[in-house]
Amino acid sequence: MENLNLFIRSIFVDNMIFAYFLGMCSFLAVSKNVKTAFGLGVAVTFMLVITLPVNWLLQTYVLSPGALSWLGEEYASVDLSFLSLIMFIAVIASMTQLVEMAVEKYSPSLYASLGIFLPLIAVNCAILGGSLFMQQRGFGSFWTATCAGAGWGLGWLLAITAVAAIRERIASYSNVPAPLRGIGITFIVTALMGIAFMSFLGIKI
Amino acid sequence: MAEKIDNRSVFFNPFSKNNPVVVQVLGICSVLAVTVKLEPALVMGMSVIAVLAFSNVIISLIRNTIPTNIRIIVQLVVVAGLVVIVDQLLQAYAYDVSKQLSVFIGLIITNCILMGRLEAFAMANRPWPSLLDGIGNGIGYALVLVIVGFFRELLGSGTLLGLTVVPQSFYDAGYVNNGLMILPPMALIVVACIIWVQRSRNKDLQEH
Repeated sequence: MENLNLFIRSIFVDNMIFAYFLGMCSFLAVSKNVKTAFGLGVAVTFMLVITLPVNWLLQTYVLSPGALSWLGEEYASVDLSFLSLIMFIAVIASMTQLVEMAVEKYSPSLYASLGIFLPLIAVNCAILGGSLFMQQRGFGSFWTATCAGAGWGLGWLLAITAVAAIRERIASYSNVPAPLRGIGITFIVTALMGIAFMSFLGIKI
Repeated sequence: MAEKIDNRSVFFNPFSKNNPVVVQVLGICSVLAVTVKLEPALVMGMSVIAVLAFSNVIISLIRNTIPTNIRIIVQLVVVAGLVVIVDQLLQAYAYDVSKQLSVFIGLIITNCILMGRLEAFAMANRPWPSLLDGIGNGIGYALVLVIVGFFRELLGSGTLLGLTVVPQSFYDAGYVNNGLMILPPMALIVVACIIWVQRSRNKDLQEH
């Protein structure tokens, strides 16, 4: 129940785009049409669902203070938390590589649709941000981390698809002032949607 | 002489004409999240300048020895190492600010400005221009951060760097702080306004 609540909250209230503005670079660059936006969204969701639990395991059994005590008494006082940034980004980069190879081998059609986005994901702030939030909030269990990852990913997918749909319409039907065309109007659209998403604040199941 | 002019444009172009945030649209995430107050914005700006300058120099020094197909990982490791240093320094000497910035110092690693500059400039140029390019882009980034932070703190809380600047007589006359400015989406609107102003002045940046 608690995990379901967290999952829903991660999609709507703690939305990666509208509440934290993570992954904005690729969000702005790829939201020009719905199809590619959806592809990138799926890829990001996929990576968040994979990397968050892996990084949770790493955090709990290797990095946090005293986490190494399962190795023996003398390791109980070791604190490796200063290494967490490097470890997380290494996990994310290598996972991206692994997933790319696996997808290429087992599902060439999915690879063809996601292919170009997969390598870009290693440097998407939403992925690293998810792991860092996980560390900061001290998620209690493996499943909590997985649920939060899935929620954040789906929230990102929702946001990029919605904004891409709006941008498609704006590009063909609206007369936007020249200096605002392209990036400027996208910022304003995202801001207005962010304000709209604030109405979800306080949602509870 | 030609090289000197070149260096100068490498250093000054990112301030406005080729600003990393409002023209290249890189590194937006942190611009929006850390600009509620001016102080974290300043600290964040300085951290990015430092990381960007050093990583540009380091990558530029080893650019001929990096194998092309693993260059992204090499770049990530260099940047991550530098960010860890900055993170630890902030925790030691500016704990409050480091608490406010929370995960965003760590997110400098995936800040697109860094990867963008490393890929586009440091991989192809000698260390000295790379240093200038790093500092220039860092300052261009910090500039936008400070402008956004300035307006959001001034209009949202009536303070600057924590000091009250809106006089009490204004409040007595019915002036109210605009609570909307503190909300995260307003950062997007402020950046959009900066883009608007800049593109109205620089016609060739406009999209069609």
